[in-house]
Amino acid sequence: MTDTPAIELKGISKAFGPVQANKDISIRVMPGTIHGIIGENGAGKSTLMSILYGFYKADAGEIWVNGSHKDITDSQAAISAGIGMVFQHFKLVQNFTVLENIILGAEDGPMLRPSLARARGVLKQLAEEYELSVDPDELVENLSVGHQQRVEILKALYRQADILILDEPTGVLTPAEADHLFRILDHLRAEGKTVILITHKLREIMEITDTVSVMRRGEMTATVKTAETSPEQLAELMVGRKVLLRVDKTPARPGAVLLDVQNLRHVDDAGVERLKGVSLQLRAGEVLGIAGVAGNGQSELLEVLGGYADATGSVTMKGAPLPLSGAGSDGSARRAAGIGHVPEDRQEEGLIMPYTAWENTVFGYHRDPRYQSGLLMNNALIKQEAQDKMTRYDVRPPNPNLAARNFSGGNQQKIVLAREIERDPDVLLIGQPTRGVDIGAIEFIHQEIIRLRDKGKAILLVSVELDEIFSLSDRIAVMFDGQIMGERMPAETDQTELGLLMAGVTERPEGSLIAAVDASLHEKEAREAGQHD
Amino acid sequence: MDYATLLQVLDSTVRLATPLLLACLAGLFSERAGIVDIGLEGKMLAAAFFSAAIAAVSGSVWLGLLAGIAASMVMSGIHGLASITFRGNQLISGVAINFLASGITVLIAQDWFSQGGRTPSLMGGGRFESITLPFAEALRGVPVIGPLYYELISGHSILVYVAFLMVPLTWWILFRTRFGLRLRAVGEAPEAVDTAGVSVVGLRFAAIAICGLLTGLAGAYLATGLQAGFVREMTAGRGYIALAALIFAKWRPWYALYACLLFGLLQAVALRYQNIDLGGFIIPVQVMDALPYILTVVILAGFVGKAIPPRAGGEPYVKER
Repeated sequence: MTDTPAIELKGISKAFGPVQANKDISIRVMPGTIHGIIGENGAGKSTLMSILYGFYKADAGEIWVNGSHKDITDSQAAISAGIGMVFQHFKLVQNFTVLENIILGAEDGPMLRPSLARARGVLKQLAEEYELSVDPDELVENLSVGHQQRVEILKALYRQADILILDEPTGVLTPAEADHLFRILDHLRAEGKTVILITHKLREIMEITDTVSVMRRGEMTATVKTAETSPEQLAELMVGRKVLLRVDKTPARPGAVLLDVQNLRHVDDAGVERLKGVSLQLRAGEVLGIAGVAGNGQSELLEVLGGYADATGSVTMKGAPLPLSGAGSDGSARRAAGIGHVPEDRQEEGLIMPYTAWENTVFGYHRDPRYQSGLLMNNALIKQEAQDKMTRYDVRPPNPNLAARNFSGGNQQKIVLAREIERDPDVLLIGQPTRGVDIGAIEFIHQEIIRLRDKGKAILLVSVELDEIFSLSDRIAVMFDGQIMGERMPAETDQTELGLLMAGVTERPEGSLIAAVDASLHEKEAREAGQHD
Repeated sequence: MDYATLLQVLDSTVRLATPLLLACLAGLFSERAGIVDIGLEGKMLAAAFFSAAIAAVSGSVWLGLLAGIAASMVMSGIHGLASITFRGNQLISGVAINFLASGITVLIAQDWFSQGGRTPSLMGGGRFESITLPFAEALRGVPVIGPLYYELISGHSILVYVAFLMVPLTWWILFRTRFGLRLRAVGEAPEAVDTAGVSVVGLRFAAIAICGLLTGLAGAYLATGLQAGFVREMTAGRGYIALAALIFAKWRPWYALYACLLFGLLQAVALRYQNIDLGGFIIPVQVMDALPYILTVVILAGFVGKAIPPRAGGEPYVKER
């Protein structure tokens, strides 16, 4: 290993309007290593990497690649410097084949045929070398997310990238797919390639990186050897104070069944069946975690239970049946029945972004007679209560007159939580409680959920973060393709078993895990393609 | 209907389909690159006027053709500036072009020729003459095939052949060349093109330049091939019909040919059979004339299956944030 860094950034700064996304950032990435960049949402990780890839232009600073100063003004310049990037949101043409996506922008000449032929050969070679097999003639839209990511990696390798940047690559993967990705990265490192891994997951950093840089509020706060640090230290560097990574909780004392769901079926507007006979029981005083990769029916389950999607089957609340379509099946009826709902997408479903915080703290409950004052609403009371709730839920800044969009993700979530929890529901549906929420706020939200459980409430938790499911749930159900694949107790299972269930694999396979996962996901894609036609 | 009549109807189908086809392919290039072009009508109209005017003044139809193409491309440039460079609303920009063309053609025509907003009738070298293909005369006597060759295939102006040859050429460009791959990509996922290091703006301008060229041909054919001179609003909604045909054709070149031939056929039938007598009940000529437009409405209302437009169509490309 030489002493010349593969990438050296010197004093990079970038502002978007008044927001300083990157402040005087310097970093050295050594060749043949996996270098992690960790930080909370909005810390400036993605911006920094987009600058390195020429997608944004830095206001100040220099980029050095393999010891020479490079002026990276656009992605073409980055590609020629040997840099490849896999964005968090893939940059693929959905109705092109894999092969067409690979050669786009890197064609050999004005005619396609020779380019496609050469790419086919190179692809085959890369697939064998790095376990990156994918059907070159399949349309990208028919591929699973994991395979689409492989196409992105192949794109970079086809352009002979020596330095590969991956932005939050595991957010959309099943654990088995994530493990496979890490094996590929390991292999790339062994081949002498340099990998920059951007993530907010501490576990991934500890598992795969050699060196890790921590960003906070646009600044690089530390660069340390992974072997010489700990998750606790990294969390502290990210947040700027000590954080509790484990949730403290006592064993659950489940009581009577509050919510009983039997054979729930839901067909979406496109005619695709999203819930295929879901049955589950939710007891007082427990957290039931629904694990699964996004898009396997969890969202629809929340929508049906929350009262804004129709379904067939039966749902009873404390023994009383709830209508699943027509009159009495809407959100306000559900709230009246004692079901609170913290929706998955807080910006679309949980809040009205241009409205003030105090208005947002009563939506859904604004017909409460307490808030009426003759024909008008008693805004003074609502404001006063909002102020009170915001203080208790540690919303920062605690100013009820600010519009919802002016709060950070974590504080927006606290506003929604305050609204729902303060109504004292018997059942709380909660989707992705900490998506886009920083570590400090995660700690608070998790404690609130457990506190509610300990008061004897029933909580249905949907999350794509397996760590979150493990740390909060008293019982775990895994959803795949609109069905519950199985229920497990957290103490009696592990990430691998749940990961397989999340991919629809119910029996531990004899041979390769990833092969079994691939096969199952492929079957699902085929079924969906069949439903669309 | 006898064979000769059939041939005549088909012959005028070909003539009437030509401007539609050119405009439809023009729209295809533009929309495949993600630029919705409702201004086909206006560009065609401007091209029709300038080709007729210059042909009338110079006596050369070729100079007229160049002027028509230039006018159309200038309008394409305006559309590009508004919708690509300044990321404006593509529909509004297109509508503006239609109004601009509608007004400016008549204004200039009145100023130059003082004939109530028309150009003088074109004669001799001011029009595209029909071309007689080799052996057309000799083979005329051969039964069935002879008249087919002589009437239907031979005897059109050069622009008709250009239009029909554009169909395989367009297909080839789109699906067999690097430019075509990038063009289709920029209409589906411009961010994929951008991160691959290719200029989104450059590709989109190239696409609308081709669009301008083809609408230029379409307009010039209207005024100097199909008819002999410019009259106000002579495009008569053909730009919109071409757009409907484009949707009908699902943005594919060969389907575009069939869709335009269908519209051409309806126009030809309306021209040929003014009143159709259905055993006592007479379909008036107005109904026949309205047929292409009725079909347009039906198609635009989405009665002909699901057509998936290019995904990035109509949206200016802005890097996130």
